[in-house]
Amino acid sequence: MHRIKSFDISYYPGCSMATTAQESNLSLLEMFNKIGFNLIELEDWNCCGSTSAHSIDSELALDLAVRNLFLAPPDRPLLVACPNCILRLRYAHLVLKKNELKRRKYENEWGTSYNTDLNILHFFDLLENINLLHFSDKGIKKLQGLRFVSYYGCMLSRPNALQYEKDYYGLMEKILRSLGGEALSWPFKSRCCGTFLSVAKPDIITPIVNKIIQGAMDAGADCIVTACAMCHLNLEVRCSLKNPVPTIHFSELLSLALGDSKYESWFPRHLVDPRPMLKSKGLIR
Amino acid sequence: MHKKKLTNAIIDLNQRDLKFAKEVKRRSGVDFNACLHCHTCAGGCQFSEVMDYMPNRIIRLVQLGLKQEALTCSSIWICVSCNTCSIQCPMGIDISAVTDAICQIAIDEKADVGEPEILKFHEEVLKTIKRYGRTHKLEIMLRYKFYTHDWFRDMGVGLKMLAKHKLDILPSRVNHMMDIKNIFSQKKAV
Repeated sequence: MHRIKSFDISYYPGCSMATTAQESNLSLLEMFNKIGFNLIELEDWNCCGSTSAHSIDSELALDLAVRNLFLAPPDRPLLVACPNCILRLRYAHLVLKKNELKRRKYENEWGTSYNTDLNILHFFDLLENINLLHFSDKGIKKLQGLRFVSYYGCMLSRPNALQYEKDYYGLMEKILRSLGGEALSWPFKSRCCGTFLSVAKPDIITPIVNKIIQGAMDAGADCIVTACAMCHLNLEVRCSLKNPVPTIHFSELLSLALGDSKYESWFPRHLVDPRPMLKSKGLIR
Repeated sequence: MHKKKLTNAIIDLNQRDLKFAKEVKRRSGVDFNACLHCHTCAGGCQFSEVMDYMPNRIIRLVQLGLKQEALTCSSIWICVSCNTCSIQCPMGIDISAVTDAICQIAIDEKADVGEPEILKFHEEVLKTIKRYGRTHKLEIMLRYKFYTHDWFRDMGVGLKMLAKHKLDILPSRVNHMMDIKNIFSQKKAV
């Protein structure tokens, strides 16, 4: 295994990763630690405002996101794992960069100048150019035999203001295939999971979630892989199918592929336990 | 489910509000007059089936100045801002910025909103952010249930989430709550 110097990066977990999707958070931190990135939690971060803030008060949405950006140490990149949080933070960063009046207003409020060069990274950005197989024990492709579908939800979509940001289409397939997994094609990879409507309008979301999971099963997948805490939660809590395939966080599979054995603290948190399937594939003991 | 009868609808030109489009444009920063009405947004939207006006029709309402229809429709609240329509739109129109703007005008003008439950949900989310600086899902769900008096519908899901430690009993908090108080102090939303 390669030994490299650890590289410090600020990390914004966001509310979902910190609570409902702790298993994704833990496996993500471990995985990055293993490949040489030391994720330092952004001190005293607050909620990005999520959909609720920008739906009913745009100014509030901007204020909440901006506080986090001003908290970020200027000398290292800021890593974000939640697709919704990163949209809010990147949008706020764009406003601070392009709109000098607003930037000055916020600089006055926070009593410090803003680093317009702050690099806000999604964790895919870090993984994109790394050959993870180098970090697997003896270079073994551990995910051999696992047939999966990748579920991006709305991760592949952005508002027009952020049209020049990177597109992650196909990245999960590429990385998991390099570790031995078999990517299957299916029609639901970028269908939205419904996010908050899962609470406010469950009757609308259940059929949508069922269609997505049935689609994965029809494709012959052993599991659905997602990189969004919200998608993961909705697919788990709103599915009313009898024996659904499990939905696994991308970070969990990566950690597993790199030989992490702490999965006993992640998988019991799933509503659909992936352990029987992983055991039958010989991926865990 | 939320479909309104549109078959006999006639556009009443006397009801047009010519300032409405300007106001939506000011708030959203979007030039929706670039819309070709090609229906790509409606075709790609995961929720068109349950919307009373499909995304391009919302834009049409704004263009025609049919303010009351726009402010009271359910679609603007059903939109979850997944941006699927925006990324597919050949004219690059940020449709969810338009729906956000209409939602905010509806709140400001105390319109009879089409989906009061969804508005209530957003308010409860923001209230926990105001209190703790972060969302607290258990509290949001309990308060939302209290509002809808629908305690039993999601009891099973709630209990499962609790059993799996997915719902923290205590909220996670920001230390410098003064910052958060200051942010909320000038806002009328919550």
